[in-house]
Amino acid sequence: MAIGAARSRWIGAAGWGAALAPLALLAADAAAHRLGANPIEAVLNRLGFWTLTFLALSLAPTPLQRWTGLAWPLRLRRRLGVAAFAYAALHLSWYLGVDQFFDLEVVVADVVKRPFITVGFAALLVLLPLAVTSTDGWVRRLGFARWKALHRLAYAAALLGVVHFAWRVKADRLKPTLFAVVIGVLLLARLGPGPRRAQAGRGSP
Amino acid sequence: MARWRPDIGDAEATPEGLWLRRRDFLKLGAAGALSLAWPERPAAGEPVGATLPVTKREALAGGEAPTPWEDVTSYNNFYELGTDKADPAARAGTLRPRPWTVTIDGEVKKPLTLDVDALIKRFPLEERVYRMRCVEAWSMVIPWVGFPLGDLLRQVEPTSRARFVAFQTLLDPAQLPGQRRAVIDWPYVEGLRIDEATHPLTLLAVGLHGRVLPGQNGAPLRLVVPWKYGFKGVKSIVRITLTERQPPTSWSRLAPSEYGFYGNVNPAVDHPRWSQARERRIGEFLKRKTLPFNGYPEVASLYAGLDPRSLY
Repeated sequence: MAIGAARSRWIGAAGWGAALAPLALLAADAAAHRLGANPIEAVLNRLGFWTLTFLALSLAPTPLQRWTGLAWPLRLRRRLGVAAFAYAALHLSWYLGVDQFFDLEVVVADVVKRPFITVGFAALLVLLPLAVTSTDGWVRRLGFARWKALHRLAYAAALLGVVHFAWRVKADRLKPTLFAVVIGVLLLARLGPGPRRAQAGRGSP
Repeated sequence: MARWRPDIGDAEATPEGLWLRRRDFLKLGAAGALSLAWPERPAAGEPVGATLPVTKREALAGGEAPTPWEDVTSYNNFYELGTDKADPAARAGTLRPRPWTVTIDGEVKKPLTLDVDALIKRFPLEERVYRMRCVEAWSMVIPWVGFPLGDLLRQVEPTSRARFVAFQTLLDPAQLPGQRRAVIDWPYVEGLRIDEATHPLTLLAVGLHGRVLPGQNGAPLRLVVPWKYGFKGVKSIVRITLTERQPPTSWSRLAPSEYGFYGNVNPAVDHPRWSQARERRIGEFLKRKTLPFNGYPEVASLYAGLDPRSLY
């Protein structure tokens, strides 16, 4: 199965490439001074945008398989989820270390007092155990059924992420609404009849 | 220092052309790494547009240097030209600030409808360097060019019933395409108490950095009230109406729990969703403390006896 293994490696590499591309673009924009008058805010917003985007992308392979029978995107789910966690962690680190410059008093007050920050922080906490258990070793240790049940927490993280975004904007809710619609469709698509098993009996986790 | 000497030098092993290119490549790489580590802004965009004649200059921002033209004209909240900060500068081309008619009416003895340039000619232009504090917790220092609103109001002779001043932005989706989406109930409206409007700090601005106001900053005529949050500074004004009753204001109509009529800068009264205690001055890394009345304590007497918590 040399061809299968090569294809699998290629898909995996493409997954990591896709995960790193926004970060490379951000670095290029920073180097070329394309982040505008408030680069600290621009980086924070971009990292948040990519967190939600990768969360949505990680929820897409399952419905895609249901609708089209396409199985190979299932192999990318864990990578996309890990990417979402990585961007969320960078987003929080940027807020903590650059935007607030480690002013912990302010940060703690924000997390406690500002509902949109509380919700965003909760989303990251929900993603943490998923990132930790994202390895093959943890799939074996937990058993696939339990592992899968645990990783349904991704649904909660995506919803919390959308609420975090929606509660932050001042007036124009277009972008958070688009995320809500996309993520809502991807979650609702999981209800109803089971997966089409015609092409791929078992997708890798 | 002992150095390992190869039997054959780089220059001998590698064709000269490649060898030189390798150096360029290394230099390029080092420069790239440095520029990443210390992102220094390139020479800021030079001011553009017609120069305005200024008769008097006053620096009223604690001696701080003005925020560069490039930043003041590329990072804007002007939802009529798009809701992202970079949108107004990119889309300002649709706004045609000349010819432009302004109406001053309501509770006045001498209402006026006239061309904006005829209006501007009635007053000597002054430069005022003010702090500008946005409700989103960022700030700038802006050298405005304009004239005191009070001078205009005296010319139209308010009646005894005039207690407030209402302002209205142009309503024209062809010129302000952001008005095609009902993000806000268009047109944008703002208001001041008449004693706030006639305070000597309150300015009608027609320029900045010595040049005619660009579209994204609210051409041809906008309000500047330096002790209030930036959203009070209504842009591209077509109508100023003196009223007996407090006029509606756009943001307080949209979210009454978050924005009131006054919009006075106050570090002690948080926006319900974020702190107003500190702000990021554009161009600075660390946040700084926000000053009561944005550092213009001389206006405090306007609010004697009122609870500052009601003045958000």
